[in-house]
Amino acid sequence: MKKPAMKKFLFVLDKPPHGSVTGQEALDAILMGSAFTQCSVLFLRDGLYQVLGGQDTTQLATKDYSVTYKALADYGVTGVYCRQSHLGERKLDTSDLAIAVQALSEAEVKQMFVDHDVILSF
Amino acid sequence: MKFSVAVFGAPYSSQASLTALRFSTAVIEAKHDLYRVFFYHDGVYCGNSLITPPQDEININEAWCNLAKTHDTELVVCIASALRRGMLDKTEADRYEKTAWNLSPEFTVSGLGQLIDAGLESDRLVTFLP
Repeated sequence: MKKPAMKKFLFVLDKPPHGSVTGQEALDAILMGSAFTQCSVLFLRDGLYQVLGGQDTTQLATKDYSVTYKALADYGVTGVYCRQSHLGERKLDTSDLAIAVQALSEAEVKQMFVDHDVILSF
Repeated sequence: MKFSVAVFGAPYSSQASLTALRFSTAVIEAKHDLYRVFFYHDGVYCGNSLITPPQDEININEAWCNLAKTHDTELVVCIASALRRGMLDKTEADRYEKTAWNLSPEFTVSGLGQLIDAGLESDRLVTFLP
């Protein structure tokens, strides 16, 4: 077994924001993880909407936690990824997103799951 | 091998908690080490001691409690997830001046650090999503 401090965590988010508290609680887990070890984040499918720019929840009575994603870099979480085809399916571009997200091919996404020691899906 | 289990699904609403329970039992029966069971999201409802299903159905809360009592398994609910959903032990109920509490004593309330620690310390962290 690897030394605990050397383990790399991958957080996978595939659900849109605000419909449930899932994204908010996933973000809490990412921030907590970043205090202990190296963490990466992978947005898949509708999970991309978690970081869509220009969100306004004033009429939803939910917290606009999308602004907290901007703090990821300050927490040392620099590996933030998505799948290129999932952007295209939603007519999105990385420039539509509120934070810097690196678009990956299908093969590169698969490699992400290989390269990380602990996968947490939300 | 050292396992930890993370439960994200509410009892009865999804199969997640029941499958997690059976997996945890199998881990112990196979003589592996079950380091921790961490309840997050709606999984925290597994700690609800007021769960009262019909008599011919499994009481998932009771089943988790029995696992903890029989095998000294650590059952941890995330404090933020639990408080948000009204799952409180006596300490938290007193702190927030609530008139009742509902978390079974076999469950402990702790922070998300326990989930990260489970991932760091275990050979496998197995997540059960709804």
